[in-house]
Amino acid sequence: MLKIDNLKVSLEEEDKQIIKGLSLSINPGEVHAIMGPNGSGKSTLSSVLAGKDGYVVNNGTVKFDGSDLLDAEVEERAALGIFLAFQYPIEIPGVGNMNFLRTALNSQRKTRGQEELNAADFLKLVRSIAKDLEISDEMMKRPVNVGASGGEKKRNEILQMCLLEPRFVILDETDSGLDVDAMKLVSRGVNNFLSSSRSFLVITHYQRLLNYIVPDFVHIMVDGRIVKTGDKKLALHVEETGYKDFLQLGKEKH
Amino acid sequence: MTDNYQVRDVIDKETLSTVRSVGGKYKYGFSTDIETEYAPLGLNEDIVKLISKKNDEPEWMLDWRLKAYNRWKKLKQPDWALLKIPEIDFQDQYYYARPANMKEKPKSLDEVDPKLLETYSKLGIPLTEQKKLAGVIEENPEEMSENRKVAVDAVFDSVSVGTTFKEELKSAGVIFCSISEAIKEYPDLVKKYLGSVVPISDNFFACLNAAVFSDGSFVYIPEGVRCPMELSTYFRINAENTGQFERTLIIADNSSYVSYLEGCTAPQRDESQLHAAVVELVILDDAEIKYSTVQNWFPGDENGVGGIYNFVTKRADCRGRNSKVMWTQVETGSAITWKYPSCILKGDNSSGEFYSIAITNNMQQADTGTKMIHLGKNTNSRIVSKGISAGKAQNTYRGLVQIGGKSQYSRNFTQCDSLLIGNKCGAHTVPYIDINNSSARAEHEATTSKVDEDQLFYCMQRGIGEEDAVALIVNGFCKEVLQALPMEFAMEAQKLVAISLEGSVG
Ligand SMILES: Nc1ncnc2c1ncn2[C@@H]1O[C@H](COP(=O)(O)OP(=O)(O)OP(=O)(O)O)[C@@H](O)[C@H]1O
Ligand SMILES: [Mg+2]
Repeated sequence: MLKIDNLKVSLEEEDKQIIKGLSLSINPGEVHAIMGPNGSGKSTLSSVLAGKDGYVVNNGTVKFDGSDLLDAEVEERAALGIFLAFQYPIEIPGVGNMNFLRTALNSQRKTRGQEELNAADFLKLVRSIAKDLEISDEMMKRPVNVGASGGEKKRNEILQMCLLEPRFVILDETDSGLDVDAMKLVSRGVNNFLSSSRSFLVITHYQRLLNYIVPDFVHIMVDGRIVKTGDKKLALHVEETGYKDFLQLGKEKH
Repeated sequence: MTDNYQVRDVIDKETLSTVRSVGGKYKYGFSTDIETEYAPLGLNEDIVKLISKKNDEPEWMLDWRLKAYNRWKKLKQPDWALLKIPEIDFQDQYYYARPANMKEKPKSLDEVDPKLLETYSKLGIPLTEQKKLAGVIEENPEEMSENRKVAVDAVFDSVSVGTTFKEELKSAGVIFCSISEAIKEYPDLVKKYLGSVVPISDNFFACLNAAVFSDGSFVYIPEGVRCPMELSTYFRINAENTGQFERTLIIADNSSYVSYLEGCTAPQRDESQLHAAVVELVILDDAEIKYSTVQNWFPGDENGVGGIYNFVTKRADCRGRNSKVMWTQVETGSAITWKYPSCILKGDNSSGEFYSIAITNNMQQADTGTKMIHLGKNTNSRIVSKGISAGKAQNTYRGLVQIGGKSQYSRNFTQCDSLLIGNKCGAHTVPYIDINNSSARAEHEATTSKVDEDQLFYCMQRGIGEEDAVALIVNGFCKEVLQALPMEFAMEAQKLVAISLEGSVG
């Protein structure tokens, strides 16, 4: 589904490389986790996959379903089924959640040549998803993420995911800021959403999340590269000993 | 007084500065091919007399016009606004144009030329007594409680071509007709109030209007009556090289209420055209007027060729105790906008509100705002201004809050926000505050921000295209003002915001 080959990315504004030769292949139905020290480039990778401005790809390719992802516009990638749950969800003052969700869903449908969803069906759909995630009606009436707590914002990201039904999902530290109950709710949301045709890239600092969302692979990212790949036991190892064993690996590859 | 000036600067974005052409995107740029009668070119006493004669006016009206004309000759065009106004040759304009077949004013809508009816229907304003304006198709049916009726007075170039729901309004005691008709049918009301809010020599453009105004709307709501439907006037400039000078007079007698909306469009032409209107509102004891404007005159093309020069004097006189006025304006069109809807809060406990969205794109210039003149005790005013600039446009908020020595315990709150799209445009805030007694308070808050790159990315990651994302964010920015519009027009205004900003990113 997604194939990243020797990707190198630097910042547009300064000559600084952040992703320094990263390769990763994700098949349909797989859950991949990425762990790594602060500043190792995890969010940068998410941003580049989603198409954010401000980065220059110096080298490498990213294929999605066999075609070149880096050529597509941000909203086209979204319509292809790429969804990024933001580490820091953005506030949009004055724009109601419902309006935002409906505009997003119908824009994607339009791009894909599908008919728009009518107001009644849309409402039914959103309400049932919100109910599962225990998001209140009052919350849904607010402007997008404005005045929401950190945990509420993260839950809102998952609601958007469930509504938009993407095929490839990046969760960028969705677990940070969630209390234990919210973590279970979110994980249940994600697990219900898993299928043989969907894939996940889960970025996290905590092994705990991976008890709920069980990964097929765990990658350790250090200084813009994946330095180690293993199964879920690798996450346990990180939890116990930190990244000290891997920092060296990052340097050796230079 | 607190003066809290805060500048919020977010990352500038290069993509946003690339301004593409929006030429040809103005939806109302067509013109109607109809035989038109013009007054001779230019302005002199004979032209004023001719206009008066065309309207079959009584002598007192002509005298009033001539007085205005003679004053106007001595006045100078004002130059204090932050506007670059090309020299206007007032002798190189037509001051009167009407469809030839309007010589005999149609007695009912059935007699109106189908071509004119078609023009309005193309603009989404069918002149039939149906339940609502077809141009305002509600997209969220569950949010629309009922389709309320809207009465329309349609002004085409210099004349009113028809007014809907007149009879139904009459049975409620409401007078809604063209001002030319009111001068003949209700001379006592007109004589009493015309020029009582905006005197003939008030300013250069108002004085010109007093001399040559050709038509406009007249509304009288009698004591104790709540107008049973929304009233609206739709102004269309069609004829070439012709100025439109309309005059609107609305009187809300004691304890009455009316909500009124004005809309405007013009064909897309290379020559700029002049529009100088005067609106006078009189509000008596316990009465309330809501006046909303959706101004969408042709803005000129992306290089600043053509477009309407819009010089408008609007003023509300809250004469009565507890009287209320609310101005709401969505200004998206015109090459130049010079407009300051004002409130004179004379009656004790009277209140004035001003909600404004002014959008300028490409080469457009707007200098707009309000004046709140507090004279009575315990008067209240509120100003919410949202200015959006894109392209190379310049947008200025200019506001005066004046609280007189006898206006005790009066209050003003001003919120003035500017949003910039790209880095070639400008936003300016010019607040004047003049308080003359110690029990009064005025609060002023201002922000300037740019369309945030992260907000755009977030919207686009969810599948929303860049232009739609900008429209969504800008509509969010304007929400407070959009909410102040009558429901029927809020949707239309939202779409207009989107259309006006087309091409502002890319
Ligand atoms: N737009 C930018 N401008 C300047 N520096 C940037 C920018 N984007 C990323 N960086 C830098 O790139 C490096 C990687 O950042 P990134 O956010 O990808 O790390 P991360 O792995 O997600 O970290 P964390 O675990 O703290 O979320 C950091 O040193 C960061 O400061
Ligand atoms: Mg990060």
